[in-house]
Amino acid sequence: MTAAAALLARLAWFGLTLAPLAAAAADIPAGERRSGYDFMGRELRAMQDDDAANPGMLSVLDGEALWNRADGDAGKSCADCHGAAPSGMSGVAARYPAFDPASGRPVDLEQRINLCRSQHQGAAPFAFESRELLALTAYVAHQSKGRPIAVGDDPRTEPFIAAGRAVFERRQGQLNLSCAQCHDDNWGRQLAGATIPQAHPTGYPLYRLEWQGLGSLRRRLRNCLVGMRAEPYPDVAPEIVELELYLAWRARGLPVETPAVRP
Amino acid sequence: MTARTLISVPAGAKRGEVVEIKTLISHPMETGFRVGTNGTPIPRDIITRFTCRFNGEEVFSAELSPAIAANPFISFFVTASESGTFGFEWTGDNGFSVSETAAITVE
Repeated sequence: MTAAAALLARLAWFGLTLAPLAAAAADIPAGERRSGYDFMGRELRAMQDDDAANPGMLSVLDGEALWNRADGDAGKSCADCHGAAPSGMSGVAARYPAFDPASGRPVDLEQRINLCRSQHQGAAPFAFESRELLALTAYVAHQSKGRPIAVGDDPRTEPFIAAGRAVFERRQGQLNLSCAQCHDDNWGRQLAGATIPQAHPTGYPLYRLEWQGLGSLRRRLRNCLVGMRAEPYPDVAPEIVELELYLAWRARGLPVETPAVRP
Repeated sequence: MTARTLISVPAGAKRGEVVEIKTLISHPMETGFRVGTNGTPIPRDIITRFTCRFNGEEVFSAELSPAIAANPFISFFVTASESGTFGFEWTGDNGFSVSETAAITVE
């Protein structure tokens, strides 16, 4: 009896551990994870690497000014609470999107900055994609440049990573495509003139030459969804942050590049 | 927000050495050929001229056109002859004018 029970317990244990392994079979192995940086030409890589040539650094300078500027009813700046960003914010962006206990949901860096503004500065939140929010996010994320993305250590984020994965793997839009069909199954192959990257959000907000400016991951996701002829999620939709969280978890270990340059 | 600039000039150089100067400035470079969502044309707003002076004497200049991308990056080479100060000036539409300086020490 006891031996059979033990066998059953072991089978159950195998069943439980094998199920996630089977589901993860199509995932890109850690050793093959590559940033979009590796898919770019030599000139663009040089542009990103040189702080004097990377146009994203102009926004980082804007963000530094905003970090030290007092704002809102409280008349406090970011620096009044957090101190100097190079020490206080180092490695923070590598952990975002992170779980917010107050709302019981994950929040991304843009939302965290706006929460800080409303709760501690008594200031109106910045609009998504506004020059101010992009600049401040870029400045904070730049302090983590070179640090490996470390999302998913918090067990409270697990259900949201799973929800993000479901969005990533779900077919949607008039072309009936999922994100995974391009970025898990066909990365490295050509889609018209462009190489399909693995879709790791390592350098956001990033400077895209096509945009002639800095843009957020939300904007990039909206671009992708429109390309799939699917209806983009609204900026406040929970799916956006779940997708961002899953993408960050999927890119864990890759270094932060903010502000990256992409074609 | 004011226009941001990023200027890269080597702090020191040997006499006669050729050094690279790199400049970057934030500017939308609106061409004047686009229309807004309501169909009205967006007026042209570009930088029209960039000048670099060394100790007051012009050493490099460029005319910019509507086909140049936002946040223009201009790099050029000069021969280091003596210590002094570079003066950079960007001028353009709607009274746009930004000046910056950078010093170099030549041994």
